[in-house]
Amino acid sequence: MSESEDTAVDTPLVTPELLANIGRQDQPRREVVTRRDIKKYAISTGTTIPRYLSGDEAPPMFHVPLFWDVVGMDELSADGVSIDKLLPKFPLEKAMAGGLDITYHKPILPGDWLTATRTLTDIYEKRGRSGPLIFYEVVMEVRDDAGELVVTEKTTRILR
Amino acid sequence: MSDLQVAGNPLTVGTAIPGFSRTSDIIQQFLYNAVLYNAHRIHFDTPYATEVEGYPGLVVAGPLLGDWLHQCVELWLGDEGRLVRIQYSNRGAAYTGDQLHVGGEVTAVDPDHATATLTLWVKNDAGDTLVPAEVDIVLGERR
Repeated sequence: MSESEDTAVDTPLVTPELLANIGRQDQPRREVVTRRDIKKYAISTGTTIPRYLSGDEAPPMFHVPLFWDVVGMDELSADGVSIDKLLPKFPLEKAMAGGLDITYHKPILPGDWLTATRTLTDIYEKRGRSGPLIFYEVVMEVRDDAGELVVTEKTTRILR
Repeated sequence: MSDLQVAGNPLTVGTAIPGFSRTSDIIQQFLYNAVLYNAHRIHFDTPYATEVEGYPGLVVAGPLLGDWLHQCVELWLGDEGRLVRIQYSNRGAAYTGDQLHVGGEVTAVDPDHATATLTLWVKNDAGDTLVPAEVDIVLGERR
């Protein structure tokens, strides 16, 4: 007999206290785009597209290295991972596949100053075949100094 | 009837996106994760990845495979259109030395708006889809 997906959630893991974290934002981060950083990123991805390799324009996904959290070595765990301070402590901790949903509004060029703000936008629970799962969503908005959207990225992560 | 074209070929549902096959190695994992400032040891510390974490080898960074999906679309589109939106999910792990295959096909075309939707993937030699994706493009606009 297989476990049913719709087994009643008898003890919800997602408590009102946990849900109260929805809407939390981290400190906006403002960074400058340099030709050198574009070139380093482009080379490391193995791209063959000349305007990225020359640093004339940033490839899509350049917001990933630009806004990756830069923390002190004493803030890294033994496996080299930093703790995401935007997230509350979840009752499940084993991370499963994550999903990304990225929309590109404007190109990124050397000299651009960009500001990223991340918001914890959702937390919910589902019952999977092997037990409960917690889903959470974080939206990162990247804007230029004129306040215009450049990239929007929604990350969904599953914990079991 | 769609008269949209990419690279001189009509853009219709089922059109294959050429794609490429590629292998990642420890040097690329080091450089890519250094650029991110990601110190996660499973990407560049072989004894740690295999003996402590029990992986068969070094794990290819998930967002790098996401980047390869973008490369697949942009190499095909050239300057005839741009990638507007991508949704992808890292479902399975890839390891350095694995032969990985990036490709896709057109799943919807909207000639009135000059847009199309693509399904893309990163697969390994066993045929497992490690990274499924859906992409929206618009033609006639360069990035």
